[in-house]
Amino acid sequence: MSVDTSEVRRIAHLSRLAMNDDQARDFAGGLSDIFAFVEQLDGAAIEGVEPMAHPLDAEQRLRPDAVTEPDRREAYQAIAPAVEGGLYLVPRVIE
Amino acid sequence: MAQETLSGWVRKLQAREISSRELTQLYLDRIERLDPQLNSFITVTAEQALAQADAADARLAKGEQSPLLGVPVAQKDIFCTEGVRTSCGSRMLDPFVSPYNATVVERMNAAGAVMLGKTNMDEFAMGSSNETSFYGPVRNPWDTERVPGGSSGGSAAAVGARLVPGATGTDTGGSIRQPAAFCGITGLKPTYGRVSRYGMIAFASSLDQGGPMAATAEDCGRMLNAMAGFDERDSTSVERPEEDFTAGLEQDLKGLRIGLPTEFFGEAGLDERVRGVIDAAIEVLKGRGAEVREVGLPNSHLSVPAYYVVAPAECSSNLARFDGVRYGYRCENPEDLMDLYTRSRGEGFGDEVKRRIMVGTYVLSAGYYDAYYLKAQKVRRIIADDFRRAFEDVDVLLAPTTPELPFALGAKADPVSMYLSDIYTIAANLAGLPAMSLPAGEIDGLPVGLQLIGNYFDEARLLGVAHQYQQETDWHARVPAAFA
Amino acid sequence: MEWETVIGLEIHAQLNTVSKIFSGAPTAYGAEPNRQACPVDLGMPGVLPVLNQGAVERAVMLGLAINAEITPRSVFARKNYFYPDLPKGYQISQFELPIVGLGHLDIELEDGTIKRVGVTRAHLEEDAGKSLHEGFEAMTGIDLNRAGTPLIEIVSEPELRSAKEAVAYMKKLHSLVRYLDICDGNMQEGSFRCDANVSVRPKGQTEFGTRAELKNLNSFRFVERAINFEVERQIDLIEGGGSVVQETRLYDPDRDETRSMRSKEEANDYRYFPDPDLLPLVVDHAFIDSVRAKLPELPDAKRARFVEQYGLSDYDAGVLTATREMGDFYEAVAGGCDAPKLAANWVMGDFSAALNRSEVELKDAPVNADGLAGLLARIQDETISGKIAKEVFEAMWNGEGNADAVIEAKGLKQITDTSAIDAIIDDVMASNPQQLEQYRGGKDKLFGFFVGQVMKATQGKANPAQVNERLKAKLDG
Repeated sequence: MSVDTSEVRRIAHLSRLAMNDDQARDFAGGLSDIFAFVEQLDGAAIEGVEPMAHPLDAEQRLRPDAVTEPDRREAYQAIAPAVEGGLYLVPRVIE
Repeated sequence: MAQETLSGWVRKLQAREISSRELTQLYLDRIERLDPQLNSFITVTAEQALAQADAADARLAKGEQSPLLGVPVAQKDIFCTEGVRTSCGSRMLDPFVSPYNATVVERMNAAGAVMLGKTNMDEFAMGSSNETSFYGPVRNPWDTERVPGGSSGGSAAAVGARLVPGATGTDTGGSIRQPAAFCGITGLKPTYGRVSRYGMIAFASSLDQGGPMAATAEDCGRMLNAMAGFDERDSTSVERPEEDFTAGLEQDLKGLRIGLPTEFFGEAGLDERVRGVIDAAIEVLKGRGAEVREVGLPNSHLSVPAYYVVAPAECSSNLARFDGVRYGYRCENPEDLMDLYTRSRGEGFGDEVKRRIMVGTYVLSAGYYDAYYLKAQKVRRIIADDFRRAFEDVDVLLAPTTPELPFALGAKADPVSMYLSDIYTIAANLAGLPAMSLPAGEIDGLPVGLQLIGNYFDEARLLGVAHQYQQETDWHARVPAAFA
Repeated sequence: MEWETVIGLEIHAQLNTVSKIFSGAPTAYGAEPNRQACPVDLGMPGVLPVLNQGAVERAVMLGLAINAEITPRSVFARKNYFYPDLPKGYQISQFELPIVGLGHLDIELEDGTIKRVGVTRAHLEEDAGKSLHEGFEAMTGIDLNRAGTPLIEIVSEPELRSAKEAVAYMKKLHSLVRYLDICDGNMQEGSFRCDANVSVRPKGQTEFGTRAELKNLNSFRFVERAINFEVERQIDLIEGGGSVVQETRLYDPDRDETRSMRSKEEANDYRYFPDPDLLPLVVDHAFIDSVRAKLPELPDAKRARFVEQYGLSDYDAGVLTATREMGDFYEAVAGGCDAPKLAANWVMGDFSAALNRSEVELKDAPVNADGLAGLLARIQDETISGKIAKEVFEAMWNGEGNADAVIEAKGLKQITDTSAIDAIIDDVMASNPQQLEQYRGGKDKLFGFFVGQVMKATQGKANPAQVNERLKAKLDG
């Protein structure tokens, strides 16, 4: 399957990746090759096969409902690009 | 001195023949002197290492016997280390100084290991050559014009050049085994769930597994003893009794049933010289009593395509958290929220990471999910079923680790040809099986790796087979001349 | 043309666990920003979710209470989208296999008939953080304390046919989650929230019309008003030749209107897939049985029992079981005074009126169940009359002590001594000779006048039955 630049731009937007036209053109080639490559899966004998989401057939373990995490806001926010009054700042979100 | 193995150093430290501080200094000096040729470290933590060494010496003086007490190690820069930059080889996390430790780091600290620093890697572990790192490519100590493999290329090169006796790696599609093969060292990817993924920055959650990289199988067993174990902070961590992975080292190979997957020896691009090395290794194992037979893994040719759907799908979601809001790279003067997102991510990620995010976004998106993701997950099961059947007849599987020798930097420009470097390693990740690579020969001065794949939780047996092989051979003991 | 309204509700109830659904951070409301957000809630690199047993128990509890199937093996999935209050870039939710399957809830319509409303599913998921727009120049502040708070999203079938039905369903569910004690139900704090899918279609048509999803309905009143507004809007639109667009609309209570949320207009492609960090959630019979054992009596059962056990009308039983607290309070009062009907009248009457007047919650009422029962006991044993009891109750409400103390302090004890009552009647008769003559001359209506005079002379404390009896004897004698 081949991917054109407009499709690349659509996927890039959904992935929140800035991309100019030149980049989109470059990626279109590589992505087309990859999708062509994975088309080999079309020949697989998978009728009636259950999808395998995990390597091990295990079940979810449950954690007791207890508070175990201390407040370490200062440590966590020391590495934040922009904070004020304990809040993370982003450009104004319009709803 | 640098020829000594990690296990050898453990014995010397315990015998007080050398102090941890002396040993740490010895390796720090080597890194300072030799790493400029390799670029295997992103961060060297000399000061902290010496402090840890002093603490280890104090514990040694009291007669403590922790498994890695006083031994220098390096952590792949994918493992979060409190107070130390954890970059994952990416500009995105270049500013990220982790406020917590990965469980693996905690466990190794508790075992007394001394961390020399953080090793270079392909960006977010996506790559097979270590050329996608934001910090520049790592070079192969056997030939610095060639790649060390990836994504754990920094750890492999550092151990191969004996800049550190042991290092951690992670393996999502071969990222421990392929660089181990390229750098002439031993590396083990444990069974999925053996080693906690907490604090190990996720690439593809259902495939990622941390493991040891060192000169010998014995070293890997010792390291795995410290690294492995149930972790209540990882839902996919397996709850099993503690195990000594060095317990099976002395087990002889009489009656051991080794399977050779026909498909891994077929025409598909396997270098004849590599094949020759593997054939010779098989003879060595037979000589020690192993029985060898062919087995079929008829769906293994679907491994790489299935992987390049599943891994990008998980990665596209796992890497969504890197958005420039709470930590990490943020673009200059974002105009609005969309600009903040797209430029922070567009500037923070390299091309291979972007490519995989886009593949993953695409295969999960409306209308394509069934055709790609669901299909790949079904293929994954038939691949795992092939292994299950094979292990009804044999104890371990043996194959080349890679189809070819370490290639030159820049040699593989198109993504698909790069992806095919992992043609023999990916299936074990899809199935979740333990697998390792060990040095088995040399061609034109370049190392060749032998791969062993075991049944679930059969690491001790794998390490035993490798150790027995290493009793007979000395490939694991060879060090590139420039670093000897 | 006659139109039919079709409504389906998606209700998000925060589960009242002490820690988050996938981390050990606390869930308490009102902390300083980001003080209750740990690395898992912040979506830091490498950290992993582990599921809270308390959240699973509460979800199963809800499932049992709505007679739903509990999915033996449910799956957590990632819902992928970028938003600053969603730190990981995906919300962990359940998609194809929710923990609670098909169930139902019976609601009472205005005319008293019962309507069974299907519940399609209920699934566990994590809440997002909050965006704060005030106080910053051109910036938005992100508080992730709420991120990771466990939610159960309860999705109804599109079977509600009016705003009033929608409100009745929502109130019933609100009462239920509080009965089950799985959610504090605080709508102001956002613990219980509602989105409504609203469409209209010509009466008789079977296909559904295009729906709009209404957000931000954080009170029963808003639900009703937003739906009514939206129904009118859609009908006007269609009748004016237009058509309804499928979109998300925000209810603005200040303007009492809904408006399109442009920021969410971009076609959503959530790319759901099973979360590889979490394994299938297996709920076996033993687990279900252990939860079932903890189930309290549910509203409908309690209502039926009140009718049976206390001889109440169905209506009264319904009012008294509207909340678990009210039901418990009533039972404590009824048991304490051994007069269930009197207790019902008082709890629904003076007591509820006082709660409303003082604007306090039941749990904070200045008169507790023992206190009220003590008062009613004094009516029962004729220490005071019902009328005096109201005065005593007011005093109790104002903190002047329990019933006996108030009666004592104010000297309100009922006069039941026949000779004392006789003496007062004699006085009244002697002081009103004219009226006595008229009465005896056949003007029966004056009996009330004499009762009034006696009660006045005793400041209302004379036992009314005795007064009647003695007065009749004396006047006629």
